[in-house]
Amino acid sequence: MAKVLMKGNEAVAEAAIQAGCRFFFGYPITPQNQIPEYMSRRLPEVGGTFLQAESEISAINMVYGAAGAGARVMTSSSSPGISLKQEGISYIACAELPCVIVNMVRSGPGLGGILPTQGDYFQSVKGGGHGDYRLVVYAPNSVQEAADCVMQAFDVSDQYRVPALILGDGMIGQMMEPVEFRTPKKRDLPEKTWAATGYDGTKQRAVINSLYIEAEAMNAVCTRLQQVYRQIEQNEIQYEEYMMDDAEICIVAYGTTSRIAKNAIGQARASLGIRAGLIRPITLWPFPSKAISDAAGQCSAFVAVEMSAGQMVEDVRLALDGKRPVSFVGTLGGIIPTPAMIIDELKAIKEAMS
Amino acid sequence: MAVVFKKSGLIARLPFHYCPGCTHGIAHRLVAECIEELDMKEKAVGVAPVGCAVFAYNYFDIDMYEAAHGRAPAVATGAKRVHPGNLVFTYQGDGDLASIGAAEIVHAAARGENITAIFINNAIYGMTGGQMAPTTLVGQKTTTSPLGRDPKHCGYPVRVSEMLSTLDGAAYIERVSLHDVPHINKAKKAIKKAFETQMSGKGFSLVEILSTCPTNWGLSPVEAIGWLKDNMIPYYPLGVYKEAKSHDE
Repeated sequence: MAKVLMKGNEAVAEAAIQAGCRFFFGYPITPQNQIPEYMSRRLPEVGGTFLQAESEISAINMVYGAAGAGARVMTSSSSPGISLKQEGISYIACAELPCVIVNMVRSGPGLGGILPTQGDYFQSVKGGGHGDYRLVVYAPNSVQEAADCVMQAFDVSDQYRVPALILGDGMIGQMMEPVEFRTPKKRDLPEKTWAATGYDGTKQRAVINSLYIEAEAMNAVCTRLQQVYRQIEQNEIQYEEYMMDDAEICIVAYGTTSRIAKNAIGQARASLGIRAGLIRPITLWPFPSKAISDAAGQCSAFVAVEMSAGQMVEDVRLALDGKRPVSFVGTLGGIIPTPAMIIDELKAIKEAMS
Repeated sequence: MAVVFKKSGLIARLPFHYCPGCTHGIAHRLVAECIEELDMKEKAVGVAPVGCAVFAYNYFDIDMYEAAHGRAPAVATGAKRVHPGNLVFTYQGDGDLASIGAAEIVHAAARGENITAIFINNAIYGMTGGQMAPTTLVGQKTTTSPLGRDPKHCGYPVRVSEMLSTLDGAAYIERVSLHDVPHINKAKKAIKKAFETQMSGKGFSLVEILSTCPTNWGLSPVEAIGWLKDNMIPYYPLGVYKEAKSHDE
């Protein structure tokens, strides 16, 4: 298929349709409105259903209903709306329902603002809702990768019966880039024999549920979930290494921020002779901890760059376990970091090293 | 010997966890009998609430969901939109449907969502131990209105059937009671009518069932039936509140 020029939000929506998503439930919030708008136009053309819910809370519970019925289903929102969905996401995780959730992050806390930030990292990878659960979290840094991640997320979610989250931001959602819809590598996906489609006696009665009153039963569910999470950690980590071959300082950044980091690395190498490289997590959970830890063999310092007060940096520090110093460059409130801010930090590290 | 009563084959052979004298058991039976009599066992999908009926998924021998508190109409919407040929119903109490889930039930009705809500109104929170519900009567004592519900402080009880019947998307709405055999028979007819409304694609249906909670009302089962008749029916009049011929009317 030829490349087309699309907005990130629209590419995310089209990728879902190409991946076989036929149900979408959402509620308007800036800066992700092009996703429900696109779905409202496109889904009826392919025999699907778009429904604007009365709230984000209802939308995620409609996802619970449709996912429980065996359908490929998606919802999207932005930070405050994703907060409202957290109860439902926790239920979906416990009921082991596959689905894809898109968060085009805006600034917070509170109603915040509509400009891009990366302040929802903790919420995305550390739980967000109540209880011991994980989401598979993808953080694309381009429109093309957003489309690729969405298509892959449906398969991964079906394979493990774990909900997947696409963590974009206002920048990824709003910018236009060329995109090609590419079928992801084929996976053997299990039949959804557990779905509530009507009990005709040919399969076990379906109960889509997250209630386990007895400690032993709840323990069994939690233990099974943890086993699945370990498999995902084994199989699904994705990251990119950029100019790491000879790097002495390693930047860790994801999404929009990683593009600025690449720019800074180019400038630092060309004009200052600082050999910086980048490890870019594409999956934020599972996190590429081993890649970062391994890089400690050649890099004497690490810098995390985020549009937050410092969230992913904690996972970088955990990965390094004190082996190397980790500094942080961050912006808040919707302010985009500049390459100069990153270069200043690289210079400071270089000076301290010599 | 002639069989005069048989337990529905759709009710699992399990002891109910409900308190003695509670009318949930009757309501469960009526729903199960209607599904059987309409020959919809293989297409029926139920959504249990949070509240006393939270374990309803154990008792109905059909595919079931257990929803988050108040969200059963949204879950049922997702289930029905994926399989429009299924008979999808929610089974919700007054706290679940009329308090925390007020938005979900109103908008399911407004959309004319082609699902059926079985709404158990016993004027109290049962599972959590007898707190004030949105349907608790004025003056009624509960653990969070120990001096009786004072409308100056916390307003008046919500009449759900009347409220939802103002919405064009609502196709069939009836309030029934389980306080004696003739009314139980009427309740069954209403549930069947609501299911038939859904099966003919007319839109949203709801049956509000006035029920007893002897444990949290502090009454014997027999006294509770009397209390329902004397106190609830005057505030919550029985009858059909909405009956549309088709979705468009």
